[in-house]
Amino acid sequence: MLDRPQRQGLALPWKAGDDMMAANGGDAHQGKARRFRDAALPHLDDVYTLARYLLRDTADAEDAVQECYLRALRYFDTFRGTGIKPWLFAILRNVCRDEFARRSGVVHYIDQSFDGETDEDKDAVRPLWQEPQESPETEMLHQRDAETIRRLVAELPDPFREAIVLREINDLSYREIADVVGVPVGTVMSRLARARSMLRKAWTAEEGPPT
Amino acid sequence: MTCNEAEILLHALLDGELDAGHAHQVEAHVENCLRCAPQLRAYRELQQAMPVAQLHFTAPASLRQRIEKTLPASPRVSNRRSVLKGFVMGTALSTAMAAGLVIAVFRTDQDQRLLGEITSAHVRSLQANHLTDVQTSDQHTVKPWFNGKVDIAPPVVDLTAKGFTLLGGRLDYIDGQAVASIVYRRRTHVINLFVTQGGSSESHEARLQTMQGYNIRRWTAQGLQFFAVSDINGEELQEFVDKFEAAFQPASGT
Repeated sequence: MLDRPQRQGLALPWKAGDDMMAANGGDAHQGKARRFRDAALPHLDDVYTLARYLLRDTADAEDAVQECYLRALRYFDTFRGTGIKPWLFAILRNVCRDEFARRSGVVHYIDQSFDGETDEDKDAVRPLWQEPQESPETEMLHQRDAETIRRLVAELPDPFREAIVLREINDLSYREIADVVGVPVGTVMSRLARARSMLRKAWTAEEGPPT
Repeated sequence: MTCNEAEILLHALLDGELDAGHAHQVEAHVENCLRCAPQLRAYRELQQAMPVAQLHFTAPASLRQRIEKTLPASPRVSNRRSVLKGFVMGTALSTAMAAGLVIAVFRTDQDQRLLGEITSAHVRSLQANHLTDVQTSDQHTVKPWFNGKVDIAPPVVDLTAKGFTLLGGRLDYIDGQAVASIVYRRRTHVINLFVTQGGSSESHEARLQTMQGYNIRRWTAQGLQFFAVSDINGEELQEFVDKFEAAFQPASGT
């Protein structure tokens, strides 16, 4: 399930928040904070949703979202007015990556080599993904309840889970996903193809009566 | 097109990421391919079966409060009241200054109310299965349809080739006035472009405002006021405005 029992907790620099409050006395800061609030707070549910899927833990997700908003406010001056949602997502992703790096030098949040190829040498000419794909099950998909599907999505390996959540649930375009994740659009496409293939297989393999 | 290419590109097709030319190529391949056709069907089925709305999480109120607390207090809601209070109490503000402020604040309120109405009209158009009164992607059908229904001739341009599909037109009422709405689609998102008589003949560049999570871009051109409302991100909405303006300007001289 999404809520894993073990709680490591995110060790986050809360101090940064206190410093920022102290430094935010002036009108300029007030103005910045207001603009930030108006621009960023409407996306809180989206950011939280992504955090839940990336971290698969309620408390970790909350901590990561709070840290994400702290960092976003700090760097709001560098935000150049393009889509703020992808910008927040990219920050959240960094928060998650940093936290995983801190916890252990071994486990990486998203292992770029997971795709089985490096991202840099890709180009649009050669087929993006050559692994022969098993044809998807021809049987009909049974309707499953949202809880089941959340779990199936949560069980996908990192890069594929991330791709499908950003596309299907957060409704980002390929270009935006590529920017958030920092990979070429071609990689986004091949990860999505793979993610859907895995998800469909898991979905049809899911036992229990269809609802 | 080979199956290897189609296997990837059919996902881009499902996601509405292909331009018309490539979409046609993929569809043409899939139609005649025993291997790719079931795949497209299967993934379309998967996409439709995803209960997307229920896969969202809502941030707990406690988290929202924690984040609010880290932001410096900004009493933007009570602006008008505090200005009026200042006026009555005759504090440091001079009478003239306070009067100026009150007018400015009332204007802002008026603006907010208008944006609220625009947003409501957009939401209504999505709820009531009444998105368009005249449903066609032909701009030459949509434009004359507005004749006699509104007191302006709204510019209707077809931006399908530029990634924004013209769905049709609709008559709406905003601020007690009949208003033309031209409806476009971007991927799965609807854009309502409301056109009313402009207050001035000056042109104003589009600026972005947000209301109830919807993005609104508002600009004035050639005596008309435009409000583009959608749930797509601000950047894409600006792209829409730019493309609309680019298509509208050359035609306006004739």
